[in-house]
Amino acid sequence: MGLHTFQGGVHPFEGKDLSKDKPIKELLPKGDLTFLMSQHIGAPAKPVVAKGDHILRGQLLAEAGGFVSAPVYSSVSGTVKSIEKHRNANGDMVDAIIVENDGQYEEVPFTETPDFHSLSKEEILSKIKDAGIVGMGGAGFPTHVKLAPKNPDQIDYIIANCAECEPYLTCDYRMMVEHPEKLVRGMEIILSLFDNAKGVLAIENNKPDCIRKFTELVKDVPRLSVVELQTKYPQGGERQIIHAVTGRDIYSKMLPADAGCIVDNVETICAIDDAVTEGKPLMERIFTVSGDAVTDPRNFKVLTGTSIQEILDAADGLKGPAAKMISGGPMMGFAMFDLDVPVTKTTSALLCFTEDEASKYETTPCINCGRCVDACPERLIPAHLSKLSEHGDKASFEKQYGLECIECGSCSYVCPARRPLAQEIRTMKKQIMADKRKQKK
Amino acid sequence: MSELIHVTSSPHVREKMDTQKIMLWVIISLLPATIFGIFNFGPRALWVVILSIISCVASEYVYDKIVHKKNTISDLSAVVTGLLLGLNLPHTVSWFVPVLGGIFGIVVVKMLFGGLGQNFMNPALGARCFLLLSFTQQMTSFSYDGVTTATPLANLKAGQSVDPVKMLLGTEPGTIGETSVIALLIGAIILLLAGIIKIRIPATYLITFSIFVLLFGGHGFDLTYLIEEICGGGLILGAFFMATDYVTSPITPNGQIIYGILLGVLTGLFRIFGSSAEGVSYAIIISNLIVPLIERVTVPTAFGIVKEKKGGDQK
Repeated sequence: MGLHTFQGGVHPFEGKDLSKDKPIKELLPKGDLTFLMSQHIGAPAKPVVAKGDHILRGQLLAEAGGFVSAPVYSSVSGTVKSIEKHRNANGDMVDAIIVENDGQYEEVPFTETPDFHSLSKEEILSKIKDAGIVGMGGAGFPTHVKLAPKNPDQIDYIIANCAECEPYLTCDYRMMVEHPEKLVRGMEIILSLFDNAKGVLAIENNKPDCIRKFTELVKDVPRLSVVELQTKYPQGGERQIIHAVTGRDIYSKMLPADAGCIVDNVETICAIDDAVTEGKPLMERIFTVSGDAVTDPRNFKVLTGTSIQEILDAADGLKGPAAKMISGGPMMGFAMFDLDVPVTKTTSALLCFTEDEASKYETTPCINCGRCVDACPERLIPAHLSKLSEHGDKASFEKQYGLECIECGSCSYVCPARRPLAQEIRTMKKQIMADKRKQKK
Repeated sequence: MSELIHVTSSPHVREKMDTQKIMLWVIISLLPATIFGIFNFGPRALWVVILSIISCVASEYVYDKIVHKKNTISDLSAVVTGLLLGLNLPHTVSWFVPVLGGIFGIVVVKMLFGGLGQNFMNPALGARCFLLLSFTQQMTSFSYDGVTTATPLANLKAGQSVDPVKMLLGTEPGTIGETSVIALLIGAIILLLAGIIKIRIPATYLITFSIFVLLFGGHGFDLTYLIEEICGGGLILGAFFMATDYVTSPITPNGQIIYGILLGVLTGLFRIFGSSAEGVSYAIIISNLIVPLIERVTVPTAFGIVKEKKGGDQK
């Protein structure tokens, strides 16, 4: 079995040892829960409850606001306190339903289906849709849309993204170690939707125990195998993992389905298993609290809507003052200034660092060294693109493939002049996309 | 607490390597050649190198002061320029030659165009060419063991026999840093292993030059002659330490190959058909000028995009 990988990429300090061997601990929140209406890409969900309603765990709070959207369920029982704007991890104020937790965890009855083979494809898809499952790796694309491509017969690869290439994150790893059967069953469920596809568990080789375990587990499962990936960031990028596994290349105007692939993250696949076999909607996820400022770095199973501050407290808080707090991984996560932010379906981690590497160094002139070119997994020239952003030259930016940037941050990471390359490119990309949307209207 | 929290856009981590450390690696890798040069030519060589470094660093410092810019000498790029300039001078030059060269290289070639990263040609080579034109006599007379002699490359051009072993070791007349191929290659290996330079430019440069010499050198397929041409003059110093200067070489992978080929062809042209035996410096600075153009036509196609219509051959 050869090592699969892609061209470019970087090797940041992994930092996974901090929380890698800490078993998942279930955390039941004490305070109020905040359910954001936008936990996914697409239209925000529409509330179906009103202030004062008594609700149960697993009850629908908001229905999907369109085709590309997903419903939101309550993860506790209690009373709807209010429907108001609340801050998300990006710092934006968005609609939210606040629920006062009564601590009883009274559940609505869930319809279990121990053997998913008894369900038709349509039934499986509608269960996934109703459960509000979205890509839990961070992008939050509604999974039922992903699993219903135009050409289901032409899908020949279902890739389980088990790379977890972001440093410090161990939530996917713990899930694989503690619930491997869920991942395998989830993959079998997805495979049952696509007759011509083979499933691949793509795991980075810094998790040899997982590779061994899954190779053993899938031995007798038809159409399912394990692929070992080189440990490199951003190995878990959708385009990168497709290239590593299949050798096929896609770009911004293509969907993975155009290359016959569907990529789902570990937790998403496990959530599919929960939704189909247990009938449970998406209301919890695995969450890593780590970083050198955290007293007791560990992994939690948290309910969506839990305040991140409460999770940090459960990890015994901070050792000392933190200079930086990040929601998600250090390469693509969002820096936060306020921890009164709820966990969503896509929040994978809270990282707290005593030192802020990003502002520690001074920016110096670009020396044209080409390290960003070597690091770019998209074969771009980040140094040129960032200059074009500074000059506001949108035409040249597009011509030099600026819109292909996946914002992985590898260029900024390696830049010896500490230039904010990815940041400048991201800004320009946003402006151009906004222009395009305006033109369409 | 919120006062201490920094909010920045991702990524939130950085690699340890920075500009200053890169420059330090270049200085380290030039030390074998420098030390050899000093032993080979005596204390006067040390004096020339030190003068050249001081002149470069002082020029940058004074320039920054005069134009009220932030002081930039701590990035060590001026030290690299000074060291390279020193290694490109004969040890016999008068004291004002390295001093003037340093001022010209830093102020005119580098700082007036905006400082580090903005210069369009290699400052050390710009200075060397300025000195070659201004002080031709001093810059082209070489002596060894107190005797004025011609360099092996000049002898080679004149059709006389040269000693390839001496050329490898460096116990020959020439500029301070160019003579010892072995010392230079040790430095080149350091640069390659530390990941400071990639083999692309030096390799295409040397391969193209070799092909050019074999085709047009007038010696047929004579490998001894080829080795003497490669080891002679400033080719090794130029190929590994000056053609690879980040600022003045293309950033695109294909551009680097075109640049290397261009360097090889120009060096061959100057050496074989020109009136002077040496041509590396001019080949590099002329190629430097074409870099923006090369970069323009060699922007790689992004990952996953298949170009439908093949454009004409870009070269």
